[in-house]
Amino acid sequence: MQKKVFQILVDNTSGVLSRISGLFSRRGYNIESITAGTTADPRFTRITIVASGDDAILDQIEKQVAKLVDVRDIKELKPECSVYRELAMVKVRADAVQRQGVIALANVYRANIVDVATDSIMVELTGKQEKIDAFISLLDGYEILELARTGIAGLGRGTADVIYLDKE
Amino acid sequence: MVKCLEMEGVTSVFGYPGVAICPFYNSILDSEIESVLVRTEQNAAHAASGFYRVSGKVGVCAVTSGPGATNLITGIATAFADSVPMICITGQVDSELLGGDVFQEADITGAVESFVKYSYLVRDVDDIPRIFKEAFHIATTGRKGPVLIDVPIDVQNATISKFKYPEEVKLRTYKPTVKGNMAQIKKVVKELADAKRPLICAGGGVLLADARKELLEFSHKFNIPVVSTMMGIGVMPTEDEMYYGMVGNNGKPYANRAMNDCDLLIMVGARVADRAISQPDLIISNKLLVHIDVDPAEIGKIVGPHIPLVGDCKSIFEDLLEQDIKGDFSEWKATLDEYAATMERKRNVSDAYVDPAAFIQMLSRKLPDDAVYVADVGQNQIWSCGYHIVKQGDFLTSGGMGTMGYSIPAAMGAKYSMPEREVVAVCGDGSFQMSMMELATMRQHGIKSKVIVLRNNFLGMVRQYQHFTYEDNYSVVDLTGSPELSSIAAAYDMPYFLVKNGDEMEQKIDAFLKEDKACLMECLIDPMDLV
Repeated sequence: MQKKVFQILVDNTSGVLSRISGLFSRRGYNIESITAGTTADPRFTRITIVASGDDAILDQIEKQVAKLVDVRDIKELKPECSVYRELAMVKVRADAVQRQGVIALANVYRANIVDVATDSIMVELTGKQEKIDAFISLLDGYEILELARTGIAGLGRGTADVIYLDKE
Repeated sequence: MVKCLEMEGVTSVFGYPGVAICPFYNSILDSEIESVLVRTEQNAAHAASGFYRVSGKVGVCAVTSGPGATNLITGIATAFADSVPMICITGQVDSELLGGDVFQEADITGAVESFVKYSYLVRDVDDIPRIFKEAFHIATTGRKGPVLIDVPIDVQNATISKFKYPEEVKLRTYKPTVKGNMAQIKKVVKELADAKRPLICAGGGVLLADARKELLEFSHKFNIPVVSTMMGIGVMPTEDEMYYGMVGNNGKPYANRAMNDCDLLIMVGARVADRAISQPDLIISNKLLVHIDVDPAEIGKIVGPHIPLVGDCKSIFEDLLEQDIKGDFSEWKATLDEYAATMERKRNVSDAYVDPAAFIQMLSRKLPDDAVYVADVGQNQIWSCGYHIVKQGDFLTSGGMGTMGYSIPAAMGAKYSMPEREVVAVCGDGSFQMSMMELATMRQHGIKSKVIVLRNNFLGMVRQYQHFTYEDNYSVVDLTGSPELSSIAAAYDMPYFLVKNGDEMEQKIDAFLKEDKACLMECLIDPMDLV
């Protein structure tokens, strides 16, 4: 069992996300995370999927996704030549005393405090998944009220793999 | 929409109207396109399938929203499983009301997602020409398959600002590979030169690519034996000297033996499906596997081939035919001839009934060379696969999905597309009752396909399974209560023939084939017979 990060470029048709997620569920492929958003050209959407499986499954995922009519390109984002980022928001129970401890941790991790209430504090953190995992494990002594993670988005480094979108 | 169909050269539509598709059916009256009214929507898709598989022209079906569309689903899934191109048009409720659970609303594009090649929900009338052009292109290129177009009634009623049918398709994301990679083709040639016992296993993809002629030439030119999957039956005449039958659980023992013994296996247009290849590991052990398919995702899905080759198999055979392959495989062919002569399965037959194997053999000898034989699903299908002799005609069946009731509507669609050819549907009494309502469609439209029912008063294939798996503990397989088929034939004004045993077989078959009308034949077979 291993993980791969796939970057998928699709035509921005209605239902394209459900076509892709439906393919994963009906063929029994595991999705660890999926993120999507339009590209600089609104006709296209870029999707980052983290999938897990053995080599044969990961190979099939790539082929089956490539086969979908709306899919323009799928490629693996290899860790050594790509950048991945994830955003997490954590709401922690914190009174005035505990608040200082959370702020100190957030500073170390260059996270932002985005909301403070009398009994809670919300922290926003961006980074590699390992960084986010580490930050969350450091909050062990606190009560995490709510946690939202986006799953990773990624791009390959440099210009070698860039697909230049046609203008037609 | 009708104009688009005309631009695509469509001459007929199989379907069933309802309010949500009425604007379309109103406009079709102003067109040369003929409408065939099936008696249940599923059969519109099967008829469109038979229509395509014989004529090579894409079948079109048009049904209404809600239950009309959902009834079509089994037919669409059947076509998808066998990669049959098809255009399915469904009416939809008013787009303002979509998502409101209104009368006869069903999310059909969502429901068919996993067994269409693509689907559209049309939101803007001006998109109709582009969508139809794309739909026909997607359905008929690469690995073929059904495409569904869902059109809300207000979009059907709207006036298009300017009708211009696109001359070409602009699809940024869809470009199937046709040409095989020459480096890979050279590798195949090199391996063939080193091989002692090469074998081609051909699937339905060869027929879909219209590559029968090329396969036959290739096999004969280089003396390479051929076996086929169930969907591949008809890739070569059954009695061709290079053809060694169908493989798989229900195939010929000598075909399976050939698969085991070969040292170079070329799978072409076949997806290594479980009923054909029950132990996929065996086709890569002690032999080299070449896998040719137009769909790259089929290659390596079940087993990883040594030489993958993506492309249209007609184009690839054309390229292979230009190669110079040296190799003498006559010893291997002699071995296979010996297998074929000694390994035919023996059947235990009772004289009190018609033996389906003997019946099918006799029938196919008497059928014209270009006849279309449509097998249903069940024991009848296995007998048909095992004993029908294809000459120059077509053999159709539902292989991937195994949809009972396929044969009568598919035969009807086939006969409708080519009225000059003899078309027979061969089914069991279970499958007959799943689509016997289409006898009315045949009668209404003067479609002279013929129907043969192998009657055993059982769901035979399931009974057989319960015989082996549950020690004759039969559960829900008894078809008592079925109608007298003579009365059914009379009700639809069809000549009727009853064959009770082997003695009257020949005379009855002759009379049946002599009829220039749709007619019904009932053969009483041993209820306890096994395939």
